[in-house]
Amino acid sequence: MPKLYSGAEIVFKCLEDQNVSHIFGYPGGAVLPIYDELKNFNSIKHILVRHEQGAGHAAEGYARSTGKPGVLLVTSGPGATNAVTALTDAYMDSVPLVCITGQVPTHLIGTDAFQECDTTGITRPCTKHNWLVKDINDLSEIMHKAFEVATTGRPGPVLVDIPKDIQFQKTKYKNYRKVKKLNGKSHDNFSQKNIDELIKLISKAKKPIFYTGGGVINSGPKASELLRELVYSTGFPITSTLQGLGCFPADDNQFLGMLGMHGTYEANNAMYSCDLMINIGARFDDRITGKIDEFSPKSKKVHIDIDPSSINKNVKVDLPIVGDIQSVLASALKTLKKSKKNFSKSNKHQISSWWEKIQKWRSKRSLDYIGSEETIKPQYAIERLYELTKDKDTYITTEVGQHQMWAAQHYKFNKPNRWMTSGGLGTMGYGLPAAVGVQIAHPKKLVVDIAGEASVLMTMQEMSTAVQYNLPIKIFILNNEYMGMVRQWQELLHDKNYSESYTAALPDFVKMAEAYGCVGIRAKTPEELDDKIIEMLNTDRPVIFDCLVDKQENCFPMIPSGKPHNQMLLGPKDQKDKKITGKGRTLV
Amino acid sequence: MANSKSAYSIAGKKQKNDTHIIVVWVDNEAGVLARVVGLFSGRGYNIESLAVAEVDQKENISRITIVTTGTPQVIDQIKLQLKKLVPVHKVADFKREDKNVIFKEMALFKFVANNEKLIKAFKACKNYNPVVLDKTKKSKVIQITALRREIDKMSKNLTKFGLVSVSRTGAVAMTRGSDVFK
Repeated sequence: MPKLYSGAEIVFKCLEDQNVSHIFGYPGGAVLPIYDELKNFNSIKHILVRHEQGAGHAAEGYARSTGKPGVLLVTSGPGATNAVTALTDAYMDSVPLVCITGQVPTHLIGTDAFQECDTTGITRPCTKHNWLVKDINDLSEIMHKAFEVATTGRPGPVLVDIPKDIQFQKTKYKNYRKVKKLNGKSHDNFSQKNIDELIKLISKAKKPIFYTGGGVINSGPKASELLRELVYSTGFPITSTLQGLGCFPADDNQFLGMLGMHGTYEANNAMYSCDLMINIGARFDDRITGKIDEFSPKSKKVHIDIDPSSINKNVKVDLPIVGDIQSVLASALKTLKKSKKNFSKSNKHQISSWWEKIQKWRSKRSLDYIGSEETIKPQYAIERLYELTKDKDTYITTEVGQHQMWAAQHYKFNKPNRWMTSGGLGTMGYGLPAAVGVQIAHPKKLVVDIAGEASVLMTMQEMSTAVQYNLPIKIFILNNEYMGMVRQWQELLHDKNYSESYTAALPDFVKMAEAYGCVGIRAKTPEELDDKIIEMLNTDRPVIFDCLVDKQENCFPMIPSGKPHNQMLLGPKDQKDKKITGKGRTLV
Repeated sequence: MANSKSAYSIAGKKQKNDTHIIVVWVDNEAGVLARVVGLFSGRGYNIESLAVAEVDQKENISRITIVTTGTPQVIDQIKLQLKKLVPVHKVADFKREDKNVIFKEMALFKFVANNEKLIKAFKACKNYNPVVLDKTKKSKVIQITALRREIDKMSKNLTKFGLVSVSRTGAVAMTRGSDVFK
């Protein structure tokens, strides 16, 4: 007779079979049987967070920086509802998460029992799929299926809800066999004809641009390598979305910087004026396109994506290619090399006037700002942080707001999986717990959360987690005492009515760091900034770095709402040089 | 110049809406209808009518028929989003004008009236396969099968014959001829 295992044991056996080494979680009544088994499974380390949202974001940071699924384990009711923000965040940004929740015993479901909630009902719209396990014999199959759904096709979060009685019941464990064909939900169905068409468009284009996104990163490090090869062998310019930063080196001459609402002048103008746009793993988000009716009006558009529902969702494209980025890029490169040897050289002349135009846009230097000797400009702080950390293999997470955009603009990423930020959902409080997750996955690497003082307070409690596990994360707060992005919108659009965007009582972050048992450092002037950053980098413990920055600084350039790419708002320096008149003025 | 006070873009031009019948084959499991319906409400798609029942007991498959309206782009999105749901096997889409597809709805009418009116009521239904399901001296329950707009019209016209209650199903659809949707 085969050995019988309890539901709780089966959960861990599945995690073992899926090579899970870390889970982020928080115990509670309905998951106690699972927590009871933890001691018997040495290969799985549990990270105790301080709030379930923190567990979710930590698992996201872990997943984004490793490419493996992040796992979280939380209890029923409030445990599950607290995780909802993180699940929605992961759903928007296509991060593979497996969330295991406890549930009240089967016979109590529907009776409004203590800490009961309709977890599968609540999380249905923010997961790829979820399961309520009603029969112990289904448990192992569901667990493995959960990993499969989370990691295949366009990745995303899934949830398995396990009632407490099921955790106690016993059954045989069905061994896991990895299946090649995945449920028909993995879509790699492009043909050589698609690729030939793509190469034809590439060879004809006079004003081409690559527009790449997080899909390249999700497809694995090989996809980034292939992308680089393709970009070099075409000589085309490339721009990236917020989530795609790092798949192409930011200091390369062919890289135009980030595009979109706070993207560079050259990237957005190139998007507007191009005749061929090759979208690789991006989704025409509204922060990217601006006004849809006037989005890149003269271009042929190619869209390479693994998710068929992303195609033609916001923008109609001429050539859709549904497939995994890595395999599409590999075929494209193979075909290009076969049909057009030395393409970048032979094609150089055809796109030379396009590059000249781009250089002209570039000479606007749209990321420039007016420096100061008295106060620290936030952009300057990020530039210095970059200069002092660029020789290390640094992982950056962010919160959401102005600091996030400045980090995206001024920190130069050269490798994929080094940049973790909440793009789709825009979750304030993402960065600190995400840094915890990243540091767990990469214990020896430098992990910095570029934060705003408002965002970081939303999940500040996770500093306690960082201290408990000796995670030397660096929380680099650009402190302007405002919800900066809210203040910026109010200044530009609501007649400077700064309604509730100023935080009149903030904690002393240095003392707060000490209270948590970590190190607090404060920088007040540009002069001392470098020394303080170096002090932070030399501290082998968690650090909260309180960087007091200019309170009025706005994030430029910017595409105002409802405007196309070619009507950007540039920074104050440009505005001073050339007085903006007419239309532009009403926007400033 | 109109200064937009929003962090979002302004809605673009409105396109023409078409009526489509979407047929979805799903695993008959708990929550599957909620997943399909939730997808429609969550993304702001319309549901004009809905019919769902198990059609294959052995394979445990249910067939959901949804009548919806939307621009061609929205209809495409509906299909693609439905196909992404894990319990969905296949999705078919027919235009309402499609001559190769049969659409039918069923309605139950209850009439309370004198005998003369009840006879007239039955006669009025004669083009729509009327069946008398229940009969008393003062009342009649009649079942008809017809198109949506026909039933709409009937329910309006029959009030004069003492129609007091209407119960109707969503549309179900099937292709004509020997072809089966795969």
